[in-house]
Amino acid sequence: MWIETTIALKFLREGRTQTTLILVGIGVGVAVIVFVTALIVGLQQNIIGRTLGTQAHVRVLPPDELNHVQAPPVGVVQLLLEDKRPQRLRSINNWQAVRDVLDQLPGVKAVSPVISGPAFARRGGTNLSVALVGVDPSRYLKVIPVADDVVSGVFRVGAGDAVIGKLLAEDLGLRVGDKLRLQTGPGRITVVNVAGIFELGVRELDQRYVYLDHKQAESLLELPGGITVIDVTVKDIFAATDLATRIAGLTGLKAESWMQTNAQLVNALASQSMSTRMISFFVGLSVAFGIASVLSISIVQRTREIGILRAMGTRRSQMLRVFLVQGALLGLAGSALGALAGWGLVWVFNAFGPGLFYIPVSPLLVPAAMALATLTGIVSAAVPARRAARLDPVVAIRHV
Amino acid sequence: MSEVVTTHEVLRLQGLRKSYNIGLPTEAEVLHGVDFSLTRHDFAALVGPSGSGKSTLLNLLGLLDTPTAGELYLQGQATRNLDDEARTALRGRTIGFVFQFHHLIQAFTALENVMMPLLVAHGRPDADALARGRALLDAVGLSGCEDRKPSELSGGQQQRVAIARALVTRPALLLADEPTGNLDTKTAGGVFELFRRFNREYDCAVLIVTHDPRLSEACDRTLTLVDGQIVGDVNHPRNGR
Repeated sequence: MWIETTIALKFLREGRTQTTLILVGIGVGVAVIVFVTALIVGLQQNIIGRTLGTQAHVRVLPPDELNHVQAPPVGVVQLLLEDKRPQRLRSINNWQAVRDVLDQLPGVKAVSPVISGPAFARRGGTNLSVALVGVDPSRYLKVIPVADDVVSGVFRVGAGDAVIGKLLAEDLGLRVGDKLRLQTGPGRITVVNVAGIFELGVRELDQRYVYLDHKQAESLLELPGGITVIDVTVKDIFAATDLATRIAGLTGLKAESWMQTNAQLVNALASQSMSTRMISFFVGLSVAFGIASVLSISIVQRTREIGILRAMGTRRSQMLRVFLVQGALLGLAGSALGALAGWGLVWVFNAFGPGLFYIPVSPLLVPAAMALATLTGIVSAAVPARRAARLDPVVAIRHV
Repeated sequence: MSEVVTTHEVLRLQGLRKSYNIGLPTEAEVLHGVDFSLTRHDFAALVGPSGSGKSTLLNLLGLLDTPTAGELYLQGQATRNLDDEARTALRGRTIGFVFQFHHLIQAFTALENVMMPLLVAHGRPDADALARGRALLDAVGLSGCEDRKPSELSGGQQQRVAIARALVTRPALLLADEPTGNLDTKTAGGVFELFRRFNREYDCAVLIVTHDPRLSEACDRTLTLVDGQIVGDVNHPRNGR
C-alpha cells in the first residue's frame, strides 16, 4: 500500500488547483451536514427537554369507566342508545402494589404517585380555578424537578404548606408566606401557607398548579388514602410507548406515554429528522459526484502516466488502489476541514445566534462525519478507479 | 537446441501473428508470422516503413499486448497464455522500456522516477534500491539531479532519466521506441552510447525501433520489418564487440 498511497498523494499534490477546489467542495458539504445535524439534534433535544421537563414520560391512570350493558337474550336485536359515563375522580386501586411493581420494572427511572383534582383558589373576592397536586416530594422531584424552578421561597409541602405557580401568585397578589384559601366543594375549605413560588415556563402550569402533600390533597379531594395518577420517568424516552404498553398489560390500568399525549410533536420531530437525513443524503450525493468527476478528469489527464506505470510493472489492482486512496484522502481531508467549519458554525450560533437554545455537539458527530465522508470518497472513486485499472497500456502510452 | 544457447537466449518469437478487429468486417492482420530471437549480447535495431507493424511488434515484445497466434518466449517462458497479472509481473521484472517521449511521472523527482519500477514491485525503497537508483543516475551523467522534477530537466536529461529507469530492474531486455527521435544529434549520440554501454556492462539485450538509418547502422544487427514480416536480418560485424 505504500507506493499506492505515495502515488496518490503526489498526484493530488500535483493537481493542486483541482484538489483544492474539490476539498473546498467536500468541506462545504460536510460543514452543512455537520451544522444542520447538530442544529436539528440540538433543537430536538431542547424541545423534548422542555416538553418533558414539566410532564412525566408515562402517566398511569385508572381505567375509564364504562357502561356495562347486559347482553340481550339470543335471537333478540337490541338497539342501544347510550350516554357515555362521566369520568369521576377516582383512585387507582391498590396503588401501593402498583407503585412497587413499577419501582422494580426495568427501564423505569422514577415512580411518583400523585393525587390531583380541581379546586378554587380564593383570596379576597377573587376566585380562580386551579389544579391541586398532592405529591410526595422525595418521589415527585425525581420525575419533575420543580424544585429547580422555584423562584421564591422553597419547595415545601405538608403541614399546611403549598407551592404555587408564579402566574397564580401574581393573579392573586400572593407572596411567600401569604395565606391562600382552597375550596373543593361546599364546606371543603382549607387555608394553606404559600411556602414557595415556581416558574416552569409553561403558562398552563404556572397559572394553575398548586402543590400540596398527599394527605391534604386527599382530604380536600375526598379520596382518603387514594391517588389518581402514577407518574413514571423512564431511562430511554423513546421507549416510553413500549413501556406504557407493558405497564398497561401488567397492571390493567391505563398508561399513556408522552409520545402518545404529544403525538403531533413526535410527528413533527420525526419529519424534521427525516428532512435532515434527506439534506445530508443529497449533499453527500453531490459531494460524491464531485469527487468522482474530479478523479475522472484526473484519469484522463494522467492516461499516459498510468500507461507508463503499467508498462513498468504496476498491477491493475495497484492502479485501482491509487485512485481509491485518492478518493479516501479527499474524503478524509475535506471532511476534516468541513467538520472544523461546521463546528465553528455551531460555535458562532451558540455565541452570537438568537440564543433561543444551545446546540451541543456530540463528540461522535465529527469522527462519524469524517468516517462517512472517507467511505463516500472511496465509493465515489470506485468507478473512475476501475476505468484507470482497465486502461490498455498500449493505448494509454500513445495517449497525447 | 543446446543448453548454452538457451541460457543466453532472452527472446524468441515463433510464428507470431497479430490481428485487429477480430470478427469484424474491418479485421486486419498486421503481423503475418514473425520469427526471430535475441540473445543477451544482441544490440539490434528494428527498422521498417510506417505501417509495417513495428509498433505492434514492439507492444507484443513488451508484453503490453497479446499475440493472436504464435508464441513469444521470454527467457524461455511461454507468455501467450499468461493472465494480465502474470504478464505485468514478468514485464516489470524482465523488460525495460524507453519511449520517444521519455514519459516520466511528472509528480516524482528524477531519483524516484528511476526507482519507480522497484517501488511498484517492492514498495518503500530500501538501501539497495536507493543505491541502484543513484548509481544509474550517475551512470547516465545526472548525479546531482536526483531531487529535480522532470520539468526542471532538459529533453536529453529526461531521456537519460528514462533510460536509467528502464535499467533499474536489471532487465534482460531493453526495448527502445525511437529513443533519439526528438533529440538533437549530439544528445542522441550520447544516449546511443549509453545503450551500448549498458548492453556490454549489464548483458542486456537491446532492441531499438527506429526510422533513423544512421542509428540502425550503428547497431550490431538490423531487423527489417515490411508488411508484417521480417524481410531482412543483417549483422554489421564492424560494429561488433
